[in-house]
Amino acid sequence: MTTRAVEGWTLEPLRRFVGEAAARLVLLMTPAGQVLAQHGFARAVDVMSAAALGTAIVVSTTEIARQLAQPPFAALTHQGERHGIFLSTLTTGQGRIVALVVFDLDASSIGLVQLFFEQLVTDLQAASPAAAPRKDVLAADFERDLSDSLNLLFGR
Amino acid sequence: MTAAYGQALDLVTRVRGVRGAMLVSAGDGLVVAELSMEGIKGSAVAALAASLASRVGRAMQAAGLGSSTFWHLQCAAGALLVVPAASGTLVVAVAEPDVNVGLVRLELLRVTEALA
Repeated sequence: MTTRAVEGWTLEPLRRFVGEAAARLVLLMTPAGQVLAQHGFARAVDVMSAAALGTAIVVSTTEIARQLAQPPFAALTHQGERHGIFLSTLTTGQGRIVALVVFDLDASSIGLVQLFFEQLVTDLQAASPAAAPRKDVLAADFERDLSDSLNLLFGR
Repeated sequence: MTAAYGQALDLVTRVRGVRGAMLVSAGDGLVVAELSMEGIKGSAVAALAASLASRVGRAMQAAGLGSSTFWHLQCAAGALLVVPAASGTLVVAVAEPDVNVGLVRLELLRVTEALA
């Protein structure tokens, strides 16, 4: 399984998290769906779908919380028959990051993922450069930036 | 924490040298109920004990020994004692290194009976 990053500072914290939490798939992305790093995905189309769906869930639950006059939900967990999904957000010097984690119930558990996610948050906060936050992608550059990111994520 | 769980765990923590006791959901590694002294991170103990229980269980089955009924990990600064309950719950105790292991085991087994 490969771990690759568009933003280099995310790579080591992500590798450590994957090793300790025994995660099968991980995506780190911005709330707009730009992927910063991934582990375990074999195809670009899967990364794009997962990023779009993950960020859509975060936006939806944040809006539900807003309508209930509550702070945004800290994390969302789904346990399936063989796999579990964990979705949460964290804040670094580079802004807010959405983390999507898929784990095998045979190899890991929600308790382990939650435990090592706390460590991932600490590691990413320590590793993130404080200055010069990442620019948002402009519509005009979207296609090129997306291609560049996917090429980096899949080592092309 | 329900009163019944609290009373059951209280019997374990009354044993001299026990620093904490908890009920852990074996499948997801989350704390169900906990009575621990300050300094014990219950969520971390629960997640790691459940992960270990899953692996120990597989090793036991692979060796043809059946399911585990009690395990005791002795470390330099303390011990972890676990009894799996039939309901998919682990009864876990964190103890001092010189704790009376037999007595703790007895109380952990009583908790599993109370849960049943």
